Amino acid sequence: MANSDWLPSASAATLRRRAALLAAIRQFFEQRNVLEVDVPLLGVTGVTEFNIQGLSTVANGTMAYLQTSPEYYMKRLLAFGLGAIYSLGKVFRGGERGRRHRTEFTLLEWYRPGWDEYQLMAEVAQLLAAAGLAQASTPSTHRYGPLFATVTGCDPHRADLTQLQQLAAQYAGANWAQAERSVCLDLIFSLAVEPQLPRGLVFVHDYPACQCALATLGEDQKGNLVARRFEVFIDGVELANGYFELTDPAEQRRRFEADNRRREAHQLPVVAPDEHLLAALTAGLPPSAGVALGVDRLLMALLGLERIEQAVPFSDV
Amino acid sequence: MATYSTNEFRSGLKVMLDGDPCSIVENEFVKPGKGQAFNRVRLRNLRSGRVWERTFKSGESLEGADVRDKDMQYLYNDGEYWHFMEPDTFEQHQADKNTVGDAALWLREEDTCIVTLYNGVPLAVTPANHVEMEIVETDPGIKGDTAQGGTKPAKLSTGAVVKVPLFLGEGDVIRVDTRTGEYLGRARD
Repeated sequence: MANSDWLPSASAATLRRRAALLAAIRQFFEQRNVLEVDVPLLGVTGVTEFNIQGLSTVANGTMAYLQTSPEYYMKRLLAFGLGAIYSLGKVFRGGERGRRHRTEFTLLEWYRPGWDEYQLMAEVAQLLAAAGLAQASTPSTHRYGPLFATVTGCDPHRADLTQLQQLAAQYAGANWAQAERSVCLDLIFSLAVEPQLPRGLVFVHDYPACQCALATLGEDQKGNLVARRFEVFIDGVELANGYFELTDPAEQRRRFEADNRRREAHQLPVVAPDEHLLAALTAGLPPSAGVALGVDRLLMALLGLERIEQAVPFSDV
Repeated sequence: MATYSTNEFRSGLKVMLDGDPCSIVENEFVKPGKGQAFNRVRLRNLRSGRVWERTFKSGESLEGADVRDKDMQYLYNDGEYWHFMEPDTFEQHQADKNTVGDAALWLREEDTCIVTLYNGVPLAVTPANHVEMEIVETDPGIKGDTAQGGTKPAKLSTGAVVKVPLFLGEGDVIRVDTRTGEYLGRARD
């Protein structure tokens, strides 16, 4: 082991800027009467989402999961009637490691009861401006469908699976020609659309219905079924993901079950649905918009850092 | 041979792809927050030298390729094959024109070079970065003209042609960078 291996992976200047960023975020929400909640990192249930791999451990003789987002706990607090809340802390996602990914990362997540996704998108831009992001003064907003169609010539809401598979194979290679609809969309969007996104701060909304995750479904002007979900990009890099939240417990249970069927089909571990969340939805979640934002990536954008390790104190795992 | 998963792909790792040995140049992990994780990988096909770009599902794996670089001494060319010897075992290997490629321009008998072996058979030859060679053909040297400026082509003993300063003449020995084909200076006599 080299003698310098104990040193932090970020510079002293970056660590000072990081502390200032965390303070600026807390100040922003304090001024707006949004309450900070520090929900558990270790919970008895994980997420069923197919593309998110939770890390588990054993605590007091039972299985426990490191949380992949504070979402379920925060929704229970919303149903409890706490009002607008935010969480600023660590989350864990297994198997994610790269130039812009770490298994452990810092996530800012907040919920606005009574708001829709458009009001929340405006607040995201205000938060980024308060954090000192120069690009935040000139955000642009785009629908997923037209963005996708301009680059690929294909309507993502109406194209049939064969068409999407051909496009996925064109951009990602013949080994993807049998991929599922949502996987095709991910490949095409990441490889072809993202590099063509306008520079600066960009909001993309009205996602394909099959990528709804925990968003409600709605209709766009053309009558397409869309997910009321948005993503935020800075210079083509994904920074945040938000929803007009699903509040219907029956639909939530169906999505948990569909996730688990897909997990089973791919020999992935099945995750028990979070019954506490379902009970909270049954008790009544106010119509709300919520968003989760990667704080390490925001710091990378603020300082022009190339690798996520440069944005965090240590990056051993 | 071992197999390697996408999260073990590092630059320089040798793997098999479509039946050809390849060396990984770059591996980028890509994952939309809620979406499919995949790896965008650039690999150099060691047979053709071409760089391929492929997208793998994260966690997918490739078989390792038995590719090793060995220092060897270049012995001679018999008109069809170039012959090399491992200095420690004296084991000899022969390589054809395709395998040797442009390295032929920089191989002087008894010089050490790197021979890349794939399943024990030469796949590529890399000459030393710097070699010393004699000029066998060039315009007459202009004595005393060591000023900056003009160059002229000079043919070396292996047939390679490099640009050299005007004052050099036939019989002079020069140092050349084999990666760029550039003249570096006169060899110390």
